[in-house]
Amino acid sequence: MLIQLENITKNYQVGTVTVTALQGIRMDIDHNEYVAIMGPSGSGKSTLMNILGCLDTPSSGSYLLNNNRISDLDDDRLAEIRNREIGFVFQTFNLLPRANALQNVELPLIYRGLPAAKRRTQARDALASVGLADRMDHKPNELSGGQRQRVAIARALVNNPSIILADEPTGNLDSRTGDEIMEIFEGLHEAGNTIILVTHEEYIAEHTDRIVRLRDGLIERDEAANGGH
Amino acid sequence: MKIVIAIWEGMKIAFDALRSYKMRSTLTTLGIIIGVTTVITIVALIQGLNKAFTNQISSLGSDTLYIAKFPWMMEGNSFWVYRNRRNITVKEAEKLADLSTLAQAVAPTLYTNRPIKFQENQLEGAIIVGTTEQYLITAGFVPEYGRFLTANDVSHNRPVVVLGSEIAEKLFPNSDPLGKRITLGGHKFRVIGVREKRGTFFGNNLDAYAYIPIGAFQSRFGAQFRSVEIAVKVKSPELLDEAELELTGLMRRIRGLSGDKENDFAVNKQVALQDTYQRLTGVLWAVAIGVGAISLLVGGIGIMNILLVSVTERTREIGVRKAVGARRGDILLQFLIESVMICALGVTIGVVLAIGLAKVISVTTPLPASIQLWVVFLGLGFVFAIGLFFGIYPASKAARLNPIEALRYE
Ligand SMILES: Nc1ncnc2c1ncn2[C@@H]1O[C@H](COP(=O)(O)OP(=O)(O)OP(=O)(O)O)[C@@H](O)[C@H]1O
Ligand SMILES: [Mg+2]
Repeated sequence: MLIQLENITKNYQVGTVTVTALQGIRMDIDHNEYVAIMGPSGSGKSTLMNILGCLDTPSSGSYLLNNNRISDLDDDRLAEIRNREIGFVFQTFNLLPRANALQNVELPLIYRGLPAAKRRTQARDALASVGLADRMDHKPNELSGGQRQRVAIARALVNNPSIILADEPTGNLDSRTGDEIMEIFEGLHEAGNTIILVTHEEYIAEHTDRIVRLRDGLIERDEAANGGH
Repeated sequence: MKIVIAIWEGMKIAFDALRSYKMRSTLTTLGIIIGVTTVITIVALIQGLNKAFTNQISSLGSDTLYIAKFPWMMEGNSFWVYRNRRNITVKEAEKLADLSTLAQAVAPTLYTNRPIKFQENQLEGAIIVGTTEQYLITAGFVPEYGRFLTANDVSHNRPVVVLGSEIAEKLFPNSDPLGKRITLGGHKFRVIGVREKRGTFFGNNLDAYAYIPIGAFQSRFGAQFRSVEIAVKVKSPELLDEAELELTGLMRRIRGLSGDKENDFAVNKQVALQDTYQRLTGVLWAVAIGVGAISLLVGGIGIMNILLVSVTERTREIGVRKAVGARRGDILLQFLIESVMICALGVTIGVVLAIGLAKVISVTTPLPASIQLWVVFLGLGFVFAIGLFFGIYPASKAARLNPIEALRYE
């Protein structure tokens, strides 16, 4: 099993008030699964994704990734896991504005400590695989929204991670561009990647194999997507 | 290998950031620039002064005492007190020479400023020195060619002159000065020798002097209102303090000063000059250290401030870097490198300015200034010390940022 979540909770302290974002999540995800997480605003989708992506740690419960207990790890080990095991795609792209597409994609490889020549070839391959071979030296502000998100996807997959996490990857895109992005995810899934994405749109979720619905920090339903393969 | 890549990447990021904010980065370094420029310039000045001082003060002779109306070092308006003293006379010098047991040589000297002429060549600003053959010993005189004044020249008040090398060059650009008759302030003198070249001493040209017998000096240029300076070379340097006591006692006796009267003459020596010199450079050191420390502190705080701004502005960037796997150490290193690079910019500009300033000073003023390599290395030391010291707080603040909060930062 790739991911095992056991009774995951997450509380935020806002002044004197404790906000409970997750109230006890139990979920297993296997290699090469393609999962959509859905639910109303504030139901805890992003909180869950951040925990899955090791950007945040749960308040309680256990998270096993490749049988490693994440909650036991220190900051630097978490950084290494984010670097090697996880590719994160954000709704707002989160590219470095002063760096061009190639440099943005190289970023995870820098922190992995690869020498420059090796980084360049790997980053080129990743950009080519999302159809941006001819936009390598463009800065983010010289790219369309869809192209920016493709750069972000290239950055997420350049290190061959175990999981690709995408929090509303099409949220800032029109529906046609969104479909292009979903095609890329589909291709990645077919190539053997594990993909978990958050979406509000049923037709986007239909692309996946499994839909997990959250409400008030709990799993309301966990089912196979009927439009799935 | 990994750390090399990390440092190299950190330098690229820092360079990129500095380039994006050229104006801001340069202004930030102003304090560092001022500090480094001041310190290096003053140190260069002190170095230059030291060199000139040790080279040239020895020409005064460390075993020679100078008895004069005025002390070399005067405080406040004491000049008016000393001015009223009796002039020292050649007679007194002669008596002193007779009575002293510790003097090896005693040379009375008189100075005046007169134009010197040979045919159509004229020289203003030359100093005429009236003295005796003893000056050869008290001044460590070395002739370039010809000879110095002899006892005979002096006792017969012969109109003969020994020239400083500069005067000889100016008056006789392409002929031999020996035996030529030149005019000193309207009086004819025959050249009998030329002194070895000596250079400058705190801006005084030591080669623009002409030496004549003291009797000839007094008859041509007047004796009445002039006070003689008596140069006394002591038999050996260890006897200097003893000789000072002896000479003071003898002068008091010669001048008939009763026990309760103060000395009405001064005994000058090189050591006193050295003391004053050391006090002067001590002040310079204090200024260098004070100005340097304050501007480096201000500069350092400026750098810390700009880095804090930079960390805040780039919070999202830090979040992105952390999200894709940057460890705390990577972020810490990145901002420390940026801090050191800002310092390096300031120190580089400062060193260049200081080199220019030292050039300007040594060209436009008689003060020598020479920059030495160790000063530049000291500058490099500053770069790392200040960069690291003031960079560590902003850098660790950046390194500790929580990735999610950083990514959510607007
Ligand atoms: N840093 C935080 N501090 C305090 N409360 C937080 C924080 N992050 C999230 N929350 C709260 O936790 C709950 C879940 O938030 P989360 O962002 O996970 O929702 P979401 O499902 O992603 O919503 P959306 O669809 O609007 O993105 C919300 O009530 C939110 O207010
Ligand atoms: Mg969300």
